[in-house]
Amino acid sequence: MLWWQRIRSAWPGPRWQSREVDLARELQTHLESEAEEQREAGASPREARLAAQRALGNTTLIKEDVRVTWGFQWLEMLFQDLRYTFRTLNRDRGFTVVAVLILALGIGANVAVFSVVNTILLRPLPFENAQQLVWIAPQIGAKCGFSCETYSADAYQEFRAQNRSFQDVTGYFAFSSEDNYRLTGRGEPVPATGIYVTRNFFQVLGVSPSLGRLFLPEDARKGSHPVALLANAYWKRQFAADPGIVGRTVDLNGQAVTVVGVLPPNFDFGAVFSPGEKVDLFTPYILDDWRNDGNDLTLIGRLKPGFNLPQAQADTNLVMPQLYFNTKFPNSKGFYKATLTPLKQYVTGRLHSSLLLLWCAVGLILLIVCVNLANLLFGRAAARSKEFAMRIALGAGRMRLIRQLLTESLVLAGAGAALGLGIAYAITVYLAHQGSIALPLLSTVRVGGPALAWTLLLTVAAAVFFGLLPGFSISGVNLQEALKDAGQGMSEGRKHDRTRSALVVSEVALASLLLIGAGLLLRSFLRVLDVNLGFQPSRAATIKVDYNDSGSTAKRIVIFQQILTHIEAIPGVEAAGMVDYLPLGRNRNWGGVRVKGRLYRPGEAPSPLVYVVTPGFFRAMGMRLFAGRDFSWEDGPTNRKVVIINQSLARALQTKGNVIGQTVIAGGGEDTVVGVVSDVHETSIEGASGWQIYYPATQAYPAGAELVIRSKMPPDSLAGSVMRTLRQLNPNQPAAAFEPIQQIVDHAVSPRRFFMLLVTSFAGFGLLLASLGIYGVISYSVTRRTHEIGIRMALGATPGEVQLNVIARTLSLTLAGIAVGLVLSFAVTRLITSLLFGVSPADPVTFAVTVIVLALVALMAGYLPARRASRIDPMSALRAN
Amino acid sequence: MMIPNESINRIDLLQGTLDMLILRTLLFGPAHGHQIAKHIQRTTEDVLQVEHGSLYPALHRLERKGWVTANWETPKGGKRECKFYRLTAAGKKRLVAEESKWRRLVMSIGRVMERAEEG
Repeated sequence: MLWWQRIRSAWPGPRWQSREVDLARELQTHLESEAEEQREAGASPREARLAAQRALGNTTLIKEDVRVTWGFQWLEMLFQDLRYTFRTLNRDRGFTVVAVLILALGIGANVAVFSVVNTILLRPLPFENAQQLVWIAPQIGAKCGFSCETYSADAYQEFRAQNRSFQDVTGYFAFSSEDNYRLTGRGEPVPATGIYVTRNFFQVLGVSPSLGRLFLPEDARKGSHPVALLANAYWKRQFAADPGIVGRTVDLNGQAVTVVGVLPPNFDFGAVFSPGEKVDLFTPYILDDWRNDGNDLTLIGRLKPGFNLPQAQADTNLVMPQLYFNTKFPNSKGFYKATLTPLKQYVTGRLHSSLLLLWCAVGLILLIVCVNLANLLFGRAAARSKEFAMRIALGAGRMRLIRQLLTESLVLAGAGAALGLGIAYAITVYLAHQGSIALPLLSTVRVGGPALAWTLLLTVAAAVFFGLLPGFSISGVNLQEALKDAGQGMSEGRKHDRTRSALVVSEVALASLLLIGAGLLLRSFLRVLDVNLGFQPSRAATIKVDYNDSGSTAKRIVIFQQILTHIEAIPGVEAAGMVDYLPLGRNRNWGGVRVKGRLYRPGEAPSPLVYVVTPGFFRAMGMRLFAGRDFSWEDGPTNRKVVIINQSLARALQTKGNVIGQTVIAGGGEDTVVGVVSDVHETSIEGASGWQIYYPATQAYPAGAELVIRSKMPPDSLAGSVMRTLRQLNPNQPAAAFEPIQQIVDHAVSPRRFFMLLVTSFAGFGLLLASLGIYGVISYSVTRRTHEIGIRMALGATPGEVQLNVIARTLSLTLAGIAVGLVLSFAVTRLITSLLFGVSPADPVTFAVTVIVLALVALMAGYLPARRASRIDPMSALRAN
Repeated sequence: MMIPNESINRIDLLQGTLDMLILRTLLFGPAHGHQIAKHIQRTTEDVLQVEHGSLYPALHRLERKGWVTANWETPKGGKRECKFYRLTAAGKKRLVAEESKWRRLVMSIGRVMERAEEG
């Protein structure tokens, strides 16, 4: 027979039934023939019939054996088992619902986390041959910011020409701020975020356009007609996915720019290079326009086939010292270094341990889920021991019973997996749309093929795990004992109890491990929130301001002063000021700052991050002025050049006496220090803050203007009047977002918050499961001991004593679990030290709180059965058996 | 009437020999399950007691292999319709093969036993 014929012949259809009828009839005729023979030999009809039955043996067993010969028996048994499973599960609906829900949550969480881990850690970046892509930047110095991770236009050009290990090298401008473009011509001006990329950017990454073309060499020539490429999402949002956009001209920052193409939907610049930000359009970086700008390009190279990282590193080490910062200045040669990092590692490397932790936590959850289900099934198996004994007596093999149990667990696991997949899908869609979480590639998370395979694996593993445990205990059922009415013999029950107790203890242990891990992360997170940022994020908000000073400082002073005067006049505004780069965002560096008259070795002078601000900015930001004064509008372009520095830089300058009034040399000109302000956490909240220097916008050239407003009321309420004021002064002001400063801080802590929240919710789930497990076991033992408790009460035990007895048992189980959990935690939490902030991995508070919480929850779980035990009526309990 | 304590004189069937005995029995003509069991029992003078329980799985196995066919028939002079098994051509071939295998086995075992006696 062909395999499909076999399957069809095994299908429980009419054919099948006729075969069954046929077999029954055949055995019946056998019995009749035998009985006839016996009668002929002189037996009475009744004796003859019995003797015939004896001679033939167990008819059910024979039928089973015959069915085996029919082939594809497993299939038929599977159908039988399935039918039976659905019947029993339907009968025990409460159990089914609880089991499926628990499993669904466990599997759902696992698949969702796996999808995230797969997207961020395991899968290659969404570029062609992504393993060839390399991030080229010097090892990041903590105090230098983006300017030290980037290269000048000249250095880029020479590196591209001189290296031997890269097919090509590309780069993008690292200092574009959000909403740096203003799109006009269609209603009110709309902000857009654009990035300058060297013209080979997309070719090197291996991205081909959905529409139109990529940049050509002539697009990047000085003076060529401006062109732009649109990100797919922006094209859909802003231009309603109009395919006719290619070749059309749009008005960007008052300039006619031709759209030459639309990028594919799977290319998301923000997801890879600046997590949590959206980038709308790309324009060519014209090298000749930027030659005198300094370091502003981040470099990405594509290795030649056959070149590995160490070879490329050796090659780069040779080329880098040959590069000029600016070829016009011969002494600007020899300052560059580079460490090559695979692009993938650059993008996701630092999340490695966090994601692994998340994966472990969710794995623990699945383990707890399985233990819990094993426990539930154990309880059920115990209650069903009579049923199983009956089935064995009727001719069911023990393997067959185990298979029946496995089928049940598979059906449960399958239903759980189906529901869990739905949950995982919902979670991933939710996560992918959380623009505010600064995790790379998060917006590309999907439940994909590998996640489905992972689900399948988890389901089968879970089913086998929690199906087999009770299965083996059943196969040891003592037939006679179980069939007798008082079948729940003490010894059998005790063994059962021990296994279930062990399961509960391990559940509690796992839950306490999770709780302690979550507690440590939670406390770290709270510590991070407590960090003194150097500014006050509450009640402050910011908006990007558009202005056109045509490069004239005098004109800019007038515009800025006018804007600030009008803004400060709005009722509720306490202070207002402007800055070009906000903290925790982009930053830049203009080289070393030297005290006038002192000699420095190369690289010795501290090189601070640079901010250009207006008077009033420090007050608006809530920064403290420790010494000296704020800038004023009198610090005009022709007056004495002034700067304000932060405390760290003040210390680093090591001036004898007061730093106020000192003359420093930065960039070339001489500046007088007029003030010292608080250290701001400019790059990260958790890292130390570095050196900072502030120039007045009345003297230095700002890269843009972020208006910062401090208000007496919630900043949101001001959004309308601020925008109206800005529009009044400048009709071109785009509808940029009015963003609370707190949001910027939240964005910076969002990865930590993300991991903390997930692990905490897993721990909560684990706690719930553990309490369910405790409740189940205690409740079952009370039921089983009803008789015994009845006797005790009849002999004079008070309800209080009975209650205490049950609760004591609950607590002893829980404490055993906690003890194991604590030992485990002590051993394991050291591994996550790098993920903690301001909390020791053996934090006594976390450990103590975990113990208390678990004990309380266990008490609650044990109280219900204890109360039930104390209400047992001795008379009815004794009569029942 | 059969009495079970004769079991001392009974020999358990060697694994696989039941199939051969059934095929051999059917060589005399079609028979139903009860007849086959009785025939084997009678010809061996009750030494080989066929477990009725194992007879039917064996019959169904042989049918599946195509060595016998089965049909419901009423025997001449019989009262009830019975399921009769009939040897097929393939079954005959199989019987020959089994028989020669069996003879070889008996001979080999016999040789060993004779040697043992001589020694």
